[in-house]
Amino acid sequence: MRAAVVTFPGSNREGDAARAIRQATGREPVHVWHADTALPVGVDLVVLPGGFSYGDYLRCGAIAGRAPIMDAVRAHAARGGYVLGVCNGFQILCESGLLPGVLMRNRDLRFVCRMQHLRVERADTAYTTRYAKGQAIEVCIAHGEGNYEAHEQTIARLEGEGLVAFRYCDAAGLVGGAANPNGSTNDIAGIYSDNLRVLGMMPHPENLIDPLVGGTDGRGLFESLAAA
Amino acid sequence: MKARVVVTLKSGVLDPQGKAIEGALASLGVPGVASVRQGKVFDIEMAAGDKAAAEAALKQACEKLLANTVVENYRVEIAG
Repeated sequence: MRAAVVTFPGSNREGDAARAIRQATGREPVHVWHADTALPVGVDLVVLPGGFSYGDYLRCGAIAGRAPIMDAVRAHAARGGYVLGVCNGFQILCESGLLPGVLMRNRDLRFVCRMQHLRVERADTAYTTRYAKGQAIEVCIAHGEGNYEAHEQTIARLEGEGLVAFRYCDAAGLVGGAANPNGSTNDIAGIYSDNLRVLGMMPHPENLIDPLVGGTDGRGLFESLAAA
Repeated sequence: MKARVVVTLKSGVLDPQGKAIEGALASLGVPGVASVRQGKVFDIEMAAGDKAAAEAALKQACEKLLANTVVENYRVEIAG
């Protein structure tokens, strides 16, 4: 697995993403700048990390979604390449048209920074083979705009075609209610593209890879990718 | 040529900021406010003199960047 991490002005989790990739694959990812127009040859996975690209100006991810590198990322996705967008990276994927829908302001207007359980909706994708279907994993969230919204038909299609990757749940795996931190439709925390190769998610698996900082439930995602 | 683009949330889309402003206006005792929806205004100076061309360019600007048409509507106004 050869990975590239894209840094935009205002990204701040690119180092964490690189660390998780290094731990799972044993290889240093290539660092790519937003103004680059091509990805290095032979890249399998592109990671759009968390942060506040372009200061969240206009809308979260709006300007990054149209940055020069994104044409190359779209072409990579069209070739069937893997693209993982975390937090701001998910917002960028939605704004760039690689995933449907939009991340709106959290329902209660607060920036939410806390540990969060997620239910793994399916364990047969390149991102989740190291998890079990229905497993509740504990990672963390840190966002002000994570409330996933889309057209009714889009939500129906995501649900009908099994494209919901993770849902907010409690420690016992019960979805919704107080476990939903932001009002997201159907408690959606992450979604896949039609070919299951593009994953956007608000929570941060890359920050839960070391027992020293609270847990290792995020490792499975990167280990799944490394084995893909 | 002066132009203004107004971007508003589509009806039915939850607007927590508008709701918070609505609540603040009520707590300030401003009478008669039934509801508030927050939007964005872009004042844009266009170089071209042709109104139709400017309107087409601004529509493109809205579709490509200024509005997220999943949840937002836009309106282009050109002075004169």
